[in-house]
Amino acid sequence: MNFETVIGLEVHVELKTKSKVFSPSPNAFGDEPNVNMNPIDLAYPGTLPLINEEAVNYAIKAAMALNCEIATDTNFDRKNYYYPDMPKAYQISQDDKPIGQHGWIDIEVNGKQKRIGITRIHLEEDAGKLTHGDDGYSLVDFNRQGTPLIEIVSEPDISSPAEAYAYLDKLKNIIQYTGVSDCKMEEGSLRCDANISLRPIGQEEYGTKTELKNLNSFAFVEKGLEFEEKRQEKVLLAGEENFLQTRRYDEKTKETFLMRYKDVANDYRVFPDPDIVPLYIDDAWKERIRSQIPELPDARKKRYMEDFGLSEYDANVLTGSKQMADFFEETVEAGADKKQASNWLMGDISGYMNKHTKELHDLAITPESLAKMIQLIEDGTISSKIAKKVFAELVETGGDPEKIVKDKGLVQISDEGQLKEIITEVLDANEQSVSDYKNGKGRALGFLVGQVMKATKGQANPPMVNKILKEEIEKR
Amino acid sequence: MAEITKEQVERTADLIRLTISEEETELLTSQLNEFMKYADQLNELDTENVKPTTHGNDVKDVMRKDEPTKWITQEEALKNAPDQDSGQVRVPSILE
Repeated sequence: MNFETVIGLEVHVELKTKSKVFSPSPNAFGDEPNVNMNPIDLAYPGTLPLINEEAVNYAIKAAMALNCEIATDTNFDRKNYYYPDMPKAYQISQDDKPIGQHGWIDIEVNGKQKRIGITRIHLEEDAGKLTHGDDGYSLVDFNRQGTPLIEIVSEPDISSPAEAYAYLDKLKNIIQYTGVSDCKMEEGSLRCDANISLRPIGQEEYGTKTELKNLNSFAFVEKGLEFEEKRQEKVLLAGEENFLQTRRYDEKTKETFLMRYKDVANDYRVFPDPDIVPLYIDDAWKERIRSQIPELPDARKKRYMEDFGLSEYDANVLTGSKQMADFFEETVEAGADKKQASNWLMGDISGYMNKHTKELHDLAITPESLAKMIQLIEDGTISSKIAKKVFAELVETGGDPEKIVKDKGLVQISDEGQLKEIITEVLDANEQSVSDYKNGKGRALGFLVGQVMKATKGQANPPMVNKILKEEIEKR
Repeated sequence: MAEITKEQVERTADLIRLTISEEETELLTSQLNEFMKYADQLNELDTENVKPTTHGNDVKDVMRKDEPTKWITQEEALKNAPDQDSGQVRVPSILE
């Protein structure tokens, strides 16, 4: 029997506002524990939470970028549960009137385009952070409690672990472009739970699903789903039944382990929150936010291909992060050739970033200095080979490429008289190679070019060296 | 209106982590049913043309500017914690 895989993803993204969603406590990552909290976060009697306008704006912006319809009337609800990470014993969330619904994003896997539906996006508050000790006690840090959070629920349109990866990658990229979150999985500002089930091909009804937890990177999401796909298939092929369950992915063994069976649905006793008054998002408000959404990755990719003449591959890589795309465009604006700017970003700069695990903004090179260096290559001041030396300096310490070239004496030698002098010396010293070349040993020319380069510390203009060398050998 | 059963009271008590005795369960069940009868009077009203609402007053879009303020210190935040360790609240572990 052949099975079809059905995957739905639930993604939580923390919004980068300055203060929390329902209290004015600072919203910051990495501070001392329990310094960004106040009596509202701690749910002291008599306190009244008040919603942060910017958190609403950010949620609308993200929902719009993900092609959602934005609600006009929306409100907030209490989701009641007892757990030490939530001092109020309820989470303020949105139940039946989420900010955004019916969205979608387009993904591409193995050259095949596919549209994945987004069921809903709602705004809620994050919980505090628990660290479980091995002595039967846990420590609670409430700094994160109240951080604005959007939950993005996909339709069960994803049919393979590779598609799940592509969906997450695209989702992260789009949200980063909007600037509402940095989506750092390692800092927990993007988190993902995955639901997966299998059904015999042709069957309408969904199979029983497993919920996967502890997926701390996109790669783990893909690997966890791959393992789960095989495990469920084995169960079904053995004629057994899959039970509704939550499983934990183990990064070391790359397997999933049973956490618990879910027999009773969670009973959160949700009701409208009386503290937070309803929101009425009118057309003017929606248009104001819509006008703030920057050009998104797909539109940029199209423009790079159509207006800049870049290949689809190059356009894809350059728009893979907003930082990279912005750097590229600023380099072009500063006067660099588009193809050259693209080559340096995708080649040496990406290589350096990977090697040193650094982000673009950590590097000393700027779009202006990269553009200037490219111009120096184009006007013949430096060769591409020398440019590598200039680049090494620029990326580490920055500065003006023209000054680096001058200070280090890296200017390319393109003076014909000067080159002729050097070449004559080289030919005099290597008579054997000259006669080898004349006797048809083409390789001898390469050796002679090398000698000229050595004598000029690599600064001779390569095409000129080739030309003059041949002329001078002919004369002998 | 459907009657509130003893089982519902027990389930609710469990969900909100309250331990109640057999007598308390009986008492609460009957009190809650009395209360529901009282609230049931609302059903006498004709609400056919009334829009559903979640709030008593017609106020919308009450929001705060995104301006962070420090209010209390870590020491103050932890003052009422039953136990603490390294600036954090210490609680018995509840593992899912």
